[in-house]
Amino acid sequence: MIPTGGVRRGYDGVFACTPVSIPYRRFSINSAHWWIGRALRELLNGAGLRPTDIDGLSVSSFTLSPDTAIGLTQHFGLSPRWLDHIPLGGASGIVALRRAARAVQAGDADLVACVAGDTNHVDSFRKTLTNFSRFAQDAVYPYGAGGANASFALITKNYMNRYGARREDFGKLCVAQRENALRFPHALMKTPLSLDAYMTARPIADPIHLYDCVMPCAGAEAFLVCREDTARSLAVAGVRVLATIERHNAFADDPVQIRGGWAKDVDDLWAMSGVAPNDIDFVETYDDYPVISMMQFEDLGFCAKGEGPDFVRGHSFTHDGDFPHNTSGGQLSVGQAGAAGGYLGLIEALRQLTGTALGGQVADAKIGLVSGFGMINYDRGLASGAAVLARAA
Amino acid sequence: MTAALARPKRKNPLARTRLPLAAPSARSRTAHGLTLAAAEGRFALQVCADCLTVVYPPRDACPSCLSPRLPFRDVDPHGMLVSETTVRVSPETYFRERAPWRVGLVKLDVGPMVLAHLHGDAREGAGVRLALKLDRNGAPVMFALPENDTPDMADDPELREMTCDPKFRRVLITDGRNSVGQAMARACVEAGAAIIFVGVSDPWKPFAGDEALRVLKPVEVVPLDLTDSESVNELAAQNGARVDIIINTADHVRAGGIVDSKGVTTARESMELRYFGLLRLAQAFGPVMRQRGADGVNAASAFVNLLSIYALTNWPAYGTFSTVEAACLSAAQNMRAELRSGGIKVINVFSGPLETEWFQALPPPKVAPAALAKAVIDALRRGSEDVFVGEVAQDVRARLEVNPKALERELGE
Repeated sequence: MIPTGGVRRGYDGVFACTPVSIPYRRFSINSAHWWIGRALRELLNGAGLRPTDIDGLSVSSFTLSPDTAIGLTQHFGLSPRWLDHIPLGGASGIVALRRAARAVQAGDADLVACVAGDTNHVDSFRKTLTNFSRFAQDAVYPYGAGGANASFALITKNYMNRYGARREDFGKLCVAQRENALRFPHALMKTPLSLDAYMTARPIADPIHLYDCVMPCAGAEAFLVCREDTARSLAVAGVRVLATIERHNAFADDPVQIRGGWAKDVDDLWAMSGVAPNDIDFVETYDDYPVISMMQFEDLGFCAKGEGPDFVRGHSFTHDGDFPHNTSGGQLSVGQAGAAGGYLGLIEALRQLTGTALGGQVADAKIGLVSGFGMINYDRGLASGAAVLARAA
Repeated sequence: MTAALARPKRKNPLARTRLPLAAPSARSRTAHGLTLAAAEGRFALQVCADCLTVVYPPRDACPSCLSPRLPFRDVDPHGMLVSETTVRVSPETYFRERAPWRVGLVKLDVGPMVLAHLHGDAREGAGVRLALKLDRNGAPVMFALPENDTPDMADDPELREMTCDPKFRRVLITDGRNSVGQAMARACVEAGAAIIFVGVSDPWKPFAGDEALRVLKPVEVVPLDLTDSESVNELAAQNGARVDIIINTADHVRAGGIVDSKGVTTARESMELRYFGLLRLAQAFGPVMRQRGADGVNAASAFVNLLSIYALTNWPAYGTFSTVEAACLSAAQNMRAELRSGGIKVINVFSGPLETEWFQALPPPKVAPAALAKAVIDALRRGSEDVFVGEVAQDVRARLEVNPKALERELGE
């Protein structure tokens, strides 16, 4: 017998702080390096640090080629003793947080800058799609080249067939996120979205219509991970990490994706956090398409599998609703800046829990859940992760 | 139900001809195992040699046992269409021009989930059979067909994009003087070709089957001598932009080897007709066909080479003949690369000895011209690239795969 079930240590004494967002732009003539550099600069300014103070760096980007994190150390004049490159798309934020937290906890680094950023040149998106993965190149892209729209269309259609979700249910989430986005200054979408406009939008890949899709853009997000005492000495507000999970290529035998890896680790998440779904004040899901938000409600324990549509019908999702969700507007309304999309929810959660929301502030937000999802390698998203975060006492 | 294709109207001579665009063609080296199967119209996936797991997309290690032994094997193509979508927006120009385009996820009975192009009669929740096709770029793709044949199913626009169906297309058969050319003309008539140009050298010289050929509709006998560049160029100048499929039926069969033959006259004649004739055709017709690869219902689509199976390995009893056929095969591979950007398929149809005068002395089995013609039409309809017709061709091919040296020795005994 191989021993399993080792006891996980908590993240005591670790803080995530200094949420930074570089306002998104639909297209940019600058490089990913430029965007990441800007985020890093703002992060250091926000914490009162110089580049040489940073001893840990975690980077996520799709458009950094031919560089990876190591090239950025020289590019930015950093000399970290801990370095990570996380090519996990929408799961990058969660994974960066949990790895950096362990590094700090173990003393391998004192100050880890976690940065995600991407540029979006004209035609970048097509190039990213063409070279996304070997399976995509061999077995997805030649089939209509619909990218994630087509992959999620197939997942959405199957979910609708199986669990009776209707387009209106997805629309409700999109409309609520747009309401949140109207208060968030960085959102690319600045006009209200009605359910009627959602329903009558042009089809992209049935049943996916225009407002089910994120807008690819350029942007960057960053945060700092350090020990509690470091944060206090820097006089920056921090957020505690109660629990995290991460899982890849879960449920490979499900013919079409109906759940993510969260479903495998959700008990671990809540057990480690010491709180329950009812204690959560807001949820930031990874929302490149609304169906995956619905699956996150189910897989993270807010309702049972297949009850997502009813759960959506029974709740309100604006920042002041009974289930505040994607309170900055999410990627659907803010835009998807490549790998920074995998940081968006986490950055928003850090703001909510430090009372510094740029848009709608959830009243008395004490505990939040953030989840990530990414990498449609072939027919489904492979990476999933989640974190329960709490306001520092 | 598939809407039956309407006969295309005469082309507006002032309208711009749309340029053919390439479907996404990048594939991993391993994925070309699918290319091999698709070229022959087989349905093959990797099957783990150690644990028998059927694997897709193509991998280099088995996802059940990590074995690197993953040969491609023919497997049951049946499955169920679980989820479908219609792609209406694509950043890829090829699909933009062809949108809306249906694709879907098929759960194969043998295990894997396969994303496939969908025939119009393939329905979500219903059984389908998958076929491996070569797309306009010669790259392998999965295509889901309805479980049972449906009326006019070959006319489905997504399917027709993968095939070279002669229906409503204009065919040039390069030699109508021989029985193969004549059988090919009859088969093209039956397949619904719009015009069948049949080349005849020295038309004033009578030949067997002359009358029967000329009365066929829509056959148009045209003067064509493949040994004469001027003749080939003249036909191309007149009709090159109206030829969608070329079937090269010119043959030059002579018994005899190399060492024990006297002189090079026969070899030179043979090369003149078969090899240089092929080059003349390729140079006169190839460029305009390549430009017309996306020219509507009757877009240019295929160049068919009838080759002897002994192009693959020399049969000393017909040594010079085999050598010339090998030269033609090599040229065909070159043409495949050069015509690919226009979406023109080069189809090689290999056969053993035919039931024709020049193979009179050989014992059966031999391939009847009508059977060869049928195989060509099938290959065009399937969009295959390599076809092996008859027992001898199949036998040689199978033996080549097992031990080419044994075959080389045995053919020489």
